[in-house]
Amino acid sequence: MLDPTSSLKALDGHLASPPLPIELKGLVYAAGIKRVIDGIDLTIDSRRITVIMGPNGAGKSVLLRLMHGLILPTKGEIRWAGRCTDRLMTRRQAMVFQRPVLLRRSVAANVSHALALRGLERGSRAIRVEEALKLAGLERHASTPARVLSGGEQQRLCLARALSLEPDVLFLDEPTSSLDPASTLAIERLLLDAQRRGIKVILVTHDVGQARRLAHDVIFLHQGRVVEHQEAKSFFAEPRSEGARAFLSGGLVL
Amino acid sequence: MTDFIDAFRRAVGLIVTLDPSLVEILILSIKVSLSAVAIASMLGFAIGGALAVYRFPGRGALSAILSALMGLPPVVAGLMVYLLFSNVGPFGVLQLLYTPTAMIIAQVVLVTPIIGALTRQACQDLLEEYDEQLRSLGASSSAIVVTLLWDGRYRLITAVLAGFGRAIAEVGAVMIVGGNIDHVTRTMTTAITLETSKGNIALALALGIVLLALAFAVNAALIGVQRLASRFAYA
Repeated sequence: MLDPTSSLKALDGHLASPPLPIELKGLVYAAGIKRVIDGIDLTIDSRRITVIMGPNGAGKSVLLRLMHGLILPTKGEIRWAGRCTDRLMTRRQAMVFQRPVLLRRSVAANVSHALALRGLERGSRAIRVEEALKLAGLERHASTPARVLSGGEQQRLCLARALSLEPDVLFLDEPTSSLDPASTLAIERLLLDAQRRGIKVILVTHDVGQARRLAHDVIFLHQGRVVEHQEAKSFFAEPRSEGARAFLSGGLVL
Repeated sequence: MTDFIDAFRRAVGLIVTLDPSLVEILILSIKVSLSAVAIASMLGFAIGGALAVYRFPGRGALSAILSALMGLPPVVAGLMVYLLFSNVGPFGVLQLLYTPTAMIIAQVVLVTPIIGALTRQACQDLLEEYDEQLRSLGASSSAIVVTLLWDGRYRLITAVLAGFGRAIAEVGAVMIVGGNIDHVTRTMTTAITLETSKGNIALALALGIVLLALAFAVNAALIGVQRLASRFAYA
């Protein structure tokens, strides 16, 4: 069984090399007059799983999209090992969304399409597709239309597709929020496996149990600000902020 | 009434015996409309896909015009092409008026907005769902267009069928630019118009029955495509 602290191990000689540290400087994102992200300064330098938590509307998903370059900040900047977020940097990243987005094609074609977008030749795609489906336990469904898979299988496919791109950084936005425990476990195993291969995983979750199982460090967001950022162990043992304490004790953070 | 029944009987006879003049008209009609729909599909897919994905000034207005042109009256489409290709028009030197080519061009003008507007709508609906995922995968705008067109393939097929239904049934455009010349530019619809006014109800009726059967076939194909799409959850 994998655990969050197992050592990094190259798979087939491939060990991801994430551009660390990730530095967020004075990051602001305003939608209209509302500052969804309200001045975030943050440095992430661990190679292990970073979990972002916080109540609804705290800005977790927006923060993930800003880091992935899907939206541009109103103010401030993000640096990856000192470099700006550019197209080259975005190509080293992959993202899994809350609701699985799958093309109206077969399971295998979904992975193959993503690889084609990254410029892989048709010949080298087949092997990567096979590997990805094996990883997700979907090899028997290769020619099944992707959208008739169950919710858990769909999200596993999305994760496998993201991993097939061999990213250095993997973002996940509440990937298991609508999945049952078995499917959630399957996703978590894949994430720990990804981490072991050196991929920097940044995960948004509402699930405190999941955060405990996976997190190396926790960023707690509230109203667009980082309320605290510390190692998972101490965060769960004694959260410093009022908001995080209430959140962890199952109280309602308003 | 007996005249009518007699005409109907002779009409069925024309169809069953594959009367040469009826077959000739039928083949020309289908040839013209299929060619027009093939060209209009290429144009419509490109225009619709681009309008859904690319952001540029005037995009909204262009989409609105395209949708409005779905209701373009065939006689107006015919008139436009007539003016362009008449002897005094800019393309008069090509001497295309009263040829099947002119009829194809007129039907392309008629059908392209239909296929284009339906394609744009299909792509736009898909894009709402796919946009972030595709951009996350690093897709360029042109790659996004290609992806949307392929994933919207079932809806595009229905758009093409709708375009064909429109082309094969219209009379105004082919009448104006084709001129309903026997053995050259006579289609089912123009023949029906002429034969009815001549009092040759049998041939008109026979062509009417064939046209109706074609309309039913197109509709059945539409339903079949939609069933197939929903079976694979591709709708």
